[in-house]
Amino acid sequence: MDLFLQRLFDALTNGSTYALIAVAMVLIFKATTLINFAQGEQAMLGAFIVLQLWKWGIPMWGAVVIGMIFSGILAACLERTFIRKFDPADHLPLVIITLGLFLVINAVAAIIWRFDPLSFPQLFPSGKAVTIGNARLSWYSIFAFGSCLLVLFILQTLLTKTKIGLAFRAVSSNLESSRLCGIKIGQTLQFGWALAAAAGTLGASIYAANPVLQIEPTIMLRALIFSITAAALGGLDSLWGALLGGLTIGFVQSVVVQYIPFIPNEMTLAAAVVVLLIVLTFRPSGFLGTKTVEMV
Amino acid sequence: MTNTLLEVDELTATYGQIEVLHGIKFHVQPNEIVVILGANGAGKTTTLRAISGMVGTTGSIAFNGDSIIDLEPDYIVRKGIAHVPQGRGTFPELTVEENLRVGAFIRSDNEIKADLDSCYETYPVLYERRMQSAGSLSGGEQQMLAVSRALMSKPELLLLDEPSLGLAPQIVEGLFERFKKMNQELGTTMLIVEQNAQIALAMADRGYVLESGEIAVEGEANLLVNDDAIRKAYLGG
Repeated sequence: MDLFLQRLFDALTNGSTYALIAVAMVLIFKATTLINFAQGEQAMLGAFIVLQLWKWGIPMWGAVVIGMIFSGILAACLERTFIRKFDPADHLPLVIITLGLFLVINAVAAIIWRFDPLSFPQLFPSGKAVTIGNARLSWYSIFAFGSCLLVLFILQTLLTKTKIGLAFRAVSSNLESSRLCGIKIGQTLQFGWALAAAAGTLGASIYAANPVLQIEPTIMLRALIFSITAAALGGLDSLWGALLGGLTIGFVQSVVVQYIPFIPNEMTLAAAVVVLLIVLTFRPSGFLGTKTVEMV
Repeated sequence: MTNTLLEVDELTATYGQIEVLHGIKFHVQPNEIVVILGANGAGKTTTLRAISGMVGTTGSIAFNGDSIIDLEPDYIVRKGIAHVPQGRGTFPELTVEENLRVGAFIRSDNEIKADLDSCYETYPVLYERRMQSAGSLSGGEQQMLAVSRALMSKPELLLLDEPSLGLAPQIVEGLFERFKKMNQELGTTMLIVEQNAQIALAMADRGYVLESGEIAVEGEANLLVNDDAIRKAYLGG
């Protein structure tokens, strides 16, 4: 029982961070039906910037906020330079561009910070918050999950209560009518890219602040795959679906591997994908995704 | 010429390599209802899309005396042209009220709330369904929403692309009565593209007939109704 509880707590920790990256992907997918493969690397670069700012003496949370703003601006520039000139309806060139960005950002981070793991500062109080039997829920897990909820509430409010949020949802819903209503499509999508990158940077910072992890340029590779799976599970266009998907993947990762002995630890990724396959077979639009109806 | 609201001359429009309009000329005066008739594929929709800046064009389009050709769609809306696209073009995932608010996107004045209320007064059914998603509305309600959304931008010229498409005859009648009333009471200028020639000509001031990307006939609506060639081609004898 204690062991099961401990696994659930671990699931919460991992799930929350996957959810934050997944939310970033959902934001871009909602508006453009494009998967941004560079999302994880943008987040990793953001986390390194946070680390660097902190090393220069900026207080931890100040560094996180500046890092989020910086990666938001960087993402806005990337959108303007590499994405906007291409036809948004033709996905293949765009996917290749995001894969290219993935490689370039990874290389840049490796050149600047090298591949040696660096320890990331603690963002949250350390130690255990709750102990039930032998199962321990750390403050880190609670704060990671809390940050995730907070980010979702902020994004939800931004998208439903502000004018730019309304424009963003209009663009996701009907591109042509949005243009006819006077919405500047490019700027609106740029806003989405910036928002996604800021959320991703927070996610990567929290991920790297996990006491058992250190930051290095490849830190987000695994997390990216889990996050894409989480986003797809949740429905790809639903913010809360991303959270649900993230927690599910976290759960699969820690619980299934613990209790199903023939799945070795190295196969967690595959186990997550199998769950995705099963869910999408029965619910093609994921947990909370919009069902697409095509007129023929 | 100074009081012409929309002046189109030598207008061509192309999709990729294919030229759809071959140099058409027409105009719309303030407070007028002008209808463009034509069969499927004659270039009616393309004509409206050309005015809104949604397709590649050459020639000249002047609105209130300013050239608007080659402008981006979002500038053209801000100049005062609202476009209700074919098939309504509502935002199905957004609520009815959010749809109307997107219609007022280009505005930043304090009258938006008041205009929202007057939309609801005109169409009480939209008020009843204001918190529902637009995708859950019937075809007729969607068309009301699409027109109301366009009016929320306070346009000088309203472009309507086949408003009757896919609607039951009695709903179409109510809709067009509404257009006529709007034109008389608010002075809204309208350029309507239609296949339903009968009902469109009954309320329009003037009409043009588009055939294969060229203006074939033009004239006063009441004369067009009695024109033998038009009766044969578009009014079923």
